[in-house]
Amino acid sequence: MTVTPLGIPRRLLEFTLDGEPVRAPEGSTILDACRAAGKDVPTLCEGDTLTPKNACRVCVVEVEGSRTLVPACSRRAEPGMEVRTGTERARHSRKVVLELLASSVDLSTTPRVAGWLKEYEAKPDRFGPDAARVDEEPRVDNDLYVRDYGKCILCYKCVDACGDQWQNTFAISVAGRGFDARIAVEHDAPLTDSACVYCGNCIEVCPTGALSFKSEFDMRAAGTWDESRQSETTTVCAYCGVGCNLTLHVQDNEIVKVTSPHDNPVTHGNLCIKGRFGYQHVQNRD
Amino acid sequence: MDLRFGDSKPTDEERAAVDALLGPPESSWEGADRSDADLRWARGGREARNRRDLLLPGLHAVNDRVGWISEGALDYLCRRLTVPPAEAYGVATFYAMFSVRPRPATVLHVCTDLACTAAGAAGLCADVESRLAPGSGVQVERSACLGLCERAPAALAIRAGETARPAFEDEARPGPQGGPGAQPPGEGNGKGRRGRTTQRSTAVCAPATPDTAVRAATAPETAPPEPPPATAVPQAGDPALTLLRRVGTADPADLDDYRAHGGYTALRRAFALGPAGVIREVTDSGLTGRGGAAFPTGRKWQATASQPDHPHYLVCNADESEPGTFKDRVLMEGDPYALVEAMTIAAYATGAHRGYLYLRGEYPRALRRMEHAIGQARARGLLGDDVLGQGYAFDIEIRRGAGAYICGEETALFNSIEGHRGEPRSKPPFPVEKGLFGRPTAENNVETLVNVLPVLTMGAQAYAAIGTGKSTGPKLFCVSGSVARPGVYELPFGATLGELLRLAGVRDNLRAVLLGGAAGGFVRPDELDIPLTFEGTREAGTTLGSGVVMAFDDTVPLPRLLLRIAEFFRDESCGQCVPCRVGTVRQQEALHRIADRTGDGAADDIALLREVGRTMRDASICGLGQTAWNAVESAIDRLGAYE
Ligand code: SF4
Ligand code: SF4
Ligand code: SF4
Ligand code: FES
Ligand code: FES
Repeated sequence: MTVTPLGIPRRLLEFTLDGEPVRAPEGSTILDACRAAGKDVPTLCEGDTLTPKNACRVCVVEVEGSRTLVPACSRRAEPGMEVRTGTERARHSRKVVLELLASSVDLSTTPRVAGWLKEYEAKPDRFGPDAARVDEEPRVDNDLYVRDYGKCILCYKCVDACGDQWQNTFAISVAGRGFDARIAVEHDAPLTDSACVYCGNCIEVCPTGALSFKSEFDMRAAGTWDESRQSETTTVCAYCGVGCNLTLHVQDNEIVKVTSPHDNPVTHGNLCIKGRFGYQHVQNRD
Repeated sequence: MDLRFGDSKPTDEERAAVDALLGPPESSWEGADRSDADLRWARGGREARNRRDLLLPGLHAVNDRVGWISEGALDYLCRRLTVPPAEAYGVATFYAMFSVRPRPATVLHVCTDLACTAAGAAGLCADVESRLAPGSGVQVERSACLGLCERAPAALAIRAGETARPAFEDEARPGPQGGPGAQPPGEGNGKGRRGRTTQRSTAVCAPATPDTAVRAATAPETAPPEPPPATAVPQAGDPALTLLRRVGTADPADLDDYRAHGGYTALRRAFALGPAGVIREVTDSGLTGRGGAAFPTGRKWQATASQPDHPHYLVCNADESEPGTFKDRVLMEGDPYALVEAMTIAAYATGAHRGYLYLRGEYPRALRRMEHAIGQARARGLLGDDVLGQGYAFDIEIRRGAGAYICGEETALFNSIEGHRGEPRSKPPFPVEKGLFGRPTAENNVETLVNVLPVLTMGAQAYAAIGTGKSTGPKLFCVSGSVARPGVYELPFGATLGELLRLAGVRDNLRAVLLGGAAGGFVRPDELDIPLTFEGTREAGTTLGSGVVMAFDDTVPLPRLLLRIAEFFRDESCGQCVPCRVGTVRQQEALHRIADRTGDGAADDIALLREVGRTMRDASICGLGQTAWNAVESAIDRLGAYE
């Protein structure tokens, strides 16, 4: 069920990607062009529904004439640009950035990272056993979702999703500075004392699993979480007239979490508390 | 936006502090008592939201009065400004001068940065900490460079309290010598005034001894007064000076004296030339930005002036926080009207009617002097709706930083003024197109702007004749460390490092010179013939940066210094991007490991440092991360630090 709305036709601009001439619609990013050309550039803070903050820097590429490397996810392609994606310089930066990340937070639930670590021959252990880590206990302070900042890469996606890009609730923000910066609600309070409305849109965009459904968190703790045994069914939310699309993730005949298709032009993956968390009645068999 | 505020209420003091800034609340929506009318109308919304930029001043107001920012105070401020509390919390926790935990009303910042470390800051800190143990009512904080390096070691005491600020009274009172430039005692010393001890006060203490630092914190009125700004200018009074000529000769509190010393002739010439004429003159003079990037000022102004989008803004970056830099402080303290005049000219040229002076929070005297100068200029029609009767409207607003080196980065500075976290934005778009409040903005630092005055008074040709072909004009250098006469020096571009150091009285056993501050690089004692120009330093494989020259003799332990530089960047990284947020930590850890090692024992970690450093330089968002490794790398390569 994918509806692709047709936008206003855009002019094409020409530039060079790894020596090959390419054409891309005006306004596209270097990353868009890379993907269109079938090139795989790793990304973490970029997300399909949000304007990237270009904070993770794993997507850097070389642009002729630029003193520094350039984040492919955010830099718009310009006519005549010469972009190189796989140079030693770009690969070196990606490797070290992956090492820095993997040595400071737990990436075990971040999709694709294990593959990139291998591909770039990253060795996060080389900073030694005393390398500072974000060692934080998961915050379990409500029945709906868990915040485990020991896995957070500070991609700002949840902040943007909760803030002016989608939800407009502004319940979370980055607090502190430097290595001590953390995602936090006001006064670093428990979620239940914050402005959070439990729409779960932040969980939807979190690329690392730092934010997760309580159901998923508990099952992982119990060792019963198994994506290979899960099926996904997209349906329509029955609660109100908006009619958002829900994707039910089902394992062993139980709904274990609810997401929403990002390419849906109405919701772009966003839901409200009822659609996202209100699924218990479906499986209440008493 | 549907904001939720918690249940915590502000105390009367906190409420008063906020209301003193914003005026009393008008309805219960803003935190006033509920009235019947409130049930029928709602106010706030867009109007209040547009005042988001008052968040930082609001946080200052509470912190100044109470010493820290409680939940109730933060929520009240958010309610008044329609700012989500989570965002305000993120802003409050970004700055070093604020605390969201209770703390004593007095905080003593003791500098542990490069010049102060070389001058024995470690001992000073230990001594002060033992005398001001918890319970003394003073919190001691080890701080980054306080911009007082010429008088290292330095300390700054800040006591929270009510601000009934008769700052100008202080200024007007004749000082010990009774002459121009005579010194007021520390701001609002509070001695006898209203007989209260809850007066807000600040005391700058440099050079500090354990005794004077403790007194500055516990009984500011008994601490020695701050010496006049001219003591930071060893050449003061030399008629050959251009930028520093009024420091110590004209009274910084007296507008007439400023005029008697040539003030406001440049602005008159500007009005005669018209905006385009001013830009042409500045372009022809070859003036380049003095903050380190050396971008041509005329080009920046032209690019701003020609933007169709309005309004345009002018921002003066007075957040000099580069360790070893204090020239902007000395200019603002010693010749504040010069900056007011220069900002007026820059605004006129770029078509701005509002200028922001973003002044670093650790400069109490510069703040008072600039407030006074701006007030006087406004009262005399030199700012306001009709500057000099020329029909041009321009006014200046001061914004106080709150302890964040990164806010000296131009786009971080915009975010800070706008009431967001001081995180750099990614460029493009550039500020001349989308700067402060998303509008075309010309941003210059204090020294750059002050150079515009001689450009206009002596004319572009004469100005361009000073210095070298590519680096024109006079340049200020901040010399500190192992020299007999530390201070701000003015020399034409092209003088050599050796000439400057001889002027400052360099000692024989020189081991290393740090050029350009923590983001700059070290050079050896046998490299003193490097010409002090942008192109000359570049050719020598180093950088002029903002004009910092720190000399270290062989008594200063180099590894300790390098570790301090790494600590500085670790502390000051905004935390936005991974190479810098984690890279600065890994570098500091590696330097810590090899602190006492050399040769093979250090080789692995040095290789690691190089790899991480290369990535930080290549992949960080802003200049902080990109330059954080420069100084250490130069120490390894040029000084053989760990051989
Ligand atoms: S919690 Fe998740 S979405 Fe939010 S910043 Fe961290 S990694 Fe990104
Ligand atoms: S997710 Fe919420 S808004 Fe969407 S249809 Fe369901 S109840 Fe309505
Ligand atoms: S380089 Fe450092 S200071 Fe600059 S944006 Fe990145 S984290 Fe922030
Ligand atoms: S994906 Fe581009 S910077 Fe993170
Ligand atoms: S004031 Fe201490 S190093 Fe500058």
